[in-house]
Amino acid sequence: MTDREQVSPTRVQILDEEGMNRTVARMAAEIVERDGGEIILVGIHTRGVPLAERLATAIAAMSGQRVAVGRLDITLYRDDVGPWRPAHSQPVIKDTSLPDSIDGEVIYLVDDVLFTGRTVRAALDTLMDYGRPRGVRLAVLVDRGHRELPVAADVVGKSIPTGLDEDVQVRLREVDGEDGVWIGKGSSDAH
Amino acid sequence: MPTDSVQSLAAKDLVGIAPLSAGEIQLILDTAEGLLEIARRPIKKVPTLRGRTVVNLFMEPSTRTRFSFEVAEKRLSADTLNFSAGTSSVTKGETLIDTARNLMAMAPDFIVMRHPNSGAPHRLAKMVPAAIINAGDGINEHPTQALLDAFTMRRHFQRLEGLKVVVAGDISHSRVARSNAFLLTKMGAQVRFVAPASLMPLGVEELGVQTFNRLEPALEGADVVMMLRIQRERQGNMNFPSVREYYDFFGLTPRRLALAAPHAVVMHPGPINRGVEIDSAVADGPRSVILEQVTNGVAIRMAILYLLAGGHGEPTSHS
Repeated sequence: MTDREQVSPTRVQILDEEGMNRTVARMAAEIVERDGGEIILVGIHTRGVPLAERLATAIAAMSGQRVAVGRLDITLYRDDVGPWRPAHSQPVIKDTSLPDSIDGEVIYLVDDVLFTGRTVRAALDTLMDYGRPRGVRLAVLVDRGHRELPVAADVVGKSIPTGLDEDVQVRLREVDGEDGVWIGKGSSDAH
Repeated sequence: MPTDSVQSLAAKDLVGIAPLSAGEIQLILDTAEGLLEIARRPIKKVPTLRGRTVVNLFMEPSTRTRFSFEVAEKRLSADTLNFSAGTSSVTKGETLIDTARNLMAMAPDFIVMRHPNSGAPHRLAKMVPAAIINAGDGINEHPTQALLDAFTMRRHFQRLEGLKVVVAGDISHSRVARSNAFLLTKMGAQVRFVAPASLMPLGVEELGVQTFNRLEPALEGADVVMMLRIQRERQGNMNFPSVREYYDFFGLTPRRLALAAPHAVVMHPGPINRGVEIDSAVADGPRSVILEQVTNGVAIRMAILYLLAGGHGEPTSHS
């Protein structure tokens, strides 16, 4: 895009591996305190999926109880799929896996970064096509602000005030081979 | 086969398999994989194509392809308009160009088209901005059928490369056979065409397939046996003495099927003629995947609509 992109962007690490483990453990404790163990953790593709698994492991270590985990692909519910996208490439469709029924359950949607709120809107619509949960909550590792829709998280790992020209990069071992959160300028690695 | 993976289809239309790259075929099959699950949900509908219009323009009789497209369109929330020969003004002498102009005045985003003339969708694609999807043109191509066939094979064998695929029947009148030959050879499968000499077109080897005038030798070690319908409506003079004799020489019976690999699957694009090209015991038997093909066809058609709905450029941010 600009000349800036050609120089390597400045990156500042916000969380390292240990910090991420502590953050996930604290999020798990908040979830248990709030709703006990009778919940379903549903990770939003891509990085919400391993995060939901990690939260389930942390909850099991805490309460001895293994909670159900699912995963959700929101691609077909996005508001930018179609010719108004500046993209000829449609996003890749990934798998959705939920328990047979989510009617009457309490669901925690899990994602890595909360930004505009559009992913969460799409995730809510997706979920409602699978049933009628009793409650839906939102747990995110990072809330970076700049909401475009009236969406708020119930459980936040870390709030990071950012500029619109900045990027928050969450990297997870399961997807990226390393753990950490960085904030940088000028990177085009969009979600 | 190592194929360069691609993120999008290059053309605005799907007129045939011939213009597609191996990477594009793989993209369509991978996309369909993610769409299969929608058929198992309590609400079998996603909002992806909300507000888009699809015209289904069928100038030739069709039941399953038309229904399959319509289910695919509705599951993606598109609005559908159906034009069928016999009920539309085509029977009143309107030309293809005039029909197209009238349709475009209604601003459809997609036109799904079946036409008795080979090349009709290619012509229409050049004339209108809508995305044209070929649902069968004359004896040329039937790309969505070949894609759903390949999808069904890949789901059974986890690959296409190296598969031995027999396609038997009325090759000379079969757009399904042609599209399958294009697709399977691009993906590295080995294709064997079987037909009586009178139903085997000249020069068909140029498609990269082996040809046989008897079924038995072709069946040896086959992974997939695809039987084609004898299209009596496309044959002025019958090219074989009788249906009974065709069955005796070319019908797929349990005894003949035993010559194929033990894991072989039996396919048929439908509608089947029991006791002509296929024995009921085979069509309804454990190796038959004919009804899976129908289910898979909806996912393939959804995948094509989804991929052709894309605009131009890079994906936008969405967090």
